Amino acid sequence: MDKITSSKIQELAYECKVEEAMTKDVVTVAPSDTMVDVWMKLRDKRISGLPVVSEGNIIGIISVEDFIKCIIFGKKEEQVKDNLTAHVEFIYSDEQLIHVIKKFEKYRFGRFPVKDRDTKKLIGIITKGDVIRCLLKRFEKEYLEEEAQKNKMCNIFKDIRSDKTTVILKYNIKGKEFKKAGEKSSFLKSALLRMGIATEIIRRIVIASMETEMNIIIFTDGGEITVFVEEDKIKVNAVDNGPGIPDIEKAMEPGYSTAPDWVREMGFGAGMGLPNIKNYTDEMKINSRVGEGTNLEFIVNI
Amino acid sequence: MNIHKVKQILNAVVICGEELLDMDVKMGCGCDLMSHVLAHIEHKSTLLLTGLTTPQVIYTSDAVDIKAVCFVRGKRPDDDVVKLANERGIVLLSTQLPLFESCGKLYKEGLMGISEHNG
Repeated sequence: MDKITSSKIQELAYECKVEEAMTKDVVTVAPSDTMVDVWMKLRDKRISGLPVVSEGNIIGIISVEDFIKCIIFGKKEEQVKDNLTAHVEFIYSDEQLIHVIKKFEKYRFGRFPVKDRDTKKLIGIITKGDVIRCLLKRFEKEYLEEEAQKNKMCNIFKDIRSDKTTVILKYNIKGKEFKKAGEKSSFLKSALLRMGIATEIIRRIVIASMETEMNIIIFTDGGEITVFVEEDKIKVNAVDNGPGIPDIEKAMEPGYSTAPDWVREMGFGAGMGLPNIKNYTDEMKINSRVGEGTNLEFIVNI
Repeated sequence: MNIHKVKQILNAVVICGEELLDMDVKMGCGCDLMSHVLAHIEHKSTLLLTGLTTPQVIYTSDAVDIKAVCFVRGKRPDDDVVKLANERGIVLLSTQLPLFESCGKLYKEGLMGISEHNG
């Protein structure tokens, strides 16, 4: 199975449990069955492997390959117990699906028996097909929910007809008012949610605006953050009349900080502000004059 | 791991969000630096463990969709901070344990960290 690269699928693989995906109706063989019995079961059920079960406990697994080996060596009348693979890699039903996926990557087996953690008895079996089916089902469910949610919210860019629509949000930031530091970015987040902007875009904008808000509060006597929401991008412009940044290049270095101690008590001021903004945005411009103020602009493309 | 389990492992008290304890958390992050949280948390179902109790903890958690915060060393936030968390549907817990031990106990019980989760 290819390495999972989509973060959404990865998230689902962590959310789903094995018991959700497994086949509960397991076809098994007994240790005393013959290899011919095995072949008939594999053929009738169109499967490629069977757990060998004795009194509810799994003692081995037997596959098409095992059967072929028996034919080659003329042992097809022999009993299952003499031809099975006894070392069985299994998985518990309460484990996350991601663990099964990792096991498939590691062992390259076609299936894993599923055990109940308390009773240790066999309660199901899981194949790659089961994993894919389960993930697709969950994916579809979440997709439908998301669609329903989207329709509930006002999607300003679909509802309003114009050649170009721009929504402008303005936030006044008071300097040194650290108790409220972060509040305006929080307002921005709920505003963007209401407009039906995708959550991943909102996350990036809000992280960058949070750092911007912190900078204005920490270093200046106040400023203004203006957010321009358009159909294909969100642009944020932050202006302050603060002391300005003497060395912008230096300020862009992660870890470089001139913040006073009270800022660190808030969990900021470790010199990650501007680097964080740069990391989370598609474009960033900064103009600053010592003694006059700073003008920061950043864009996240939708 | 659901938050009931977190509460039990850390012997924590629930400050707010009692009705949300069935929620699952997939990974944990122990951190007092909110810039770091902003920079590195990429999964929504994250439990943040911190010794900070300022409003910025809630604003930061909200920004990256963290749904549960546990304050360590017996710290408890002011009422206005609790109100902020309530408005945003964020569960708040408080444990007497220090940060290192809290993280260690949860990790031992299977809660993953950022590097494992993203890798």
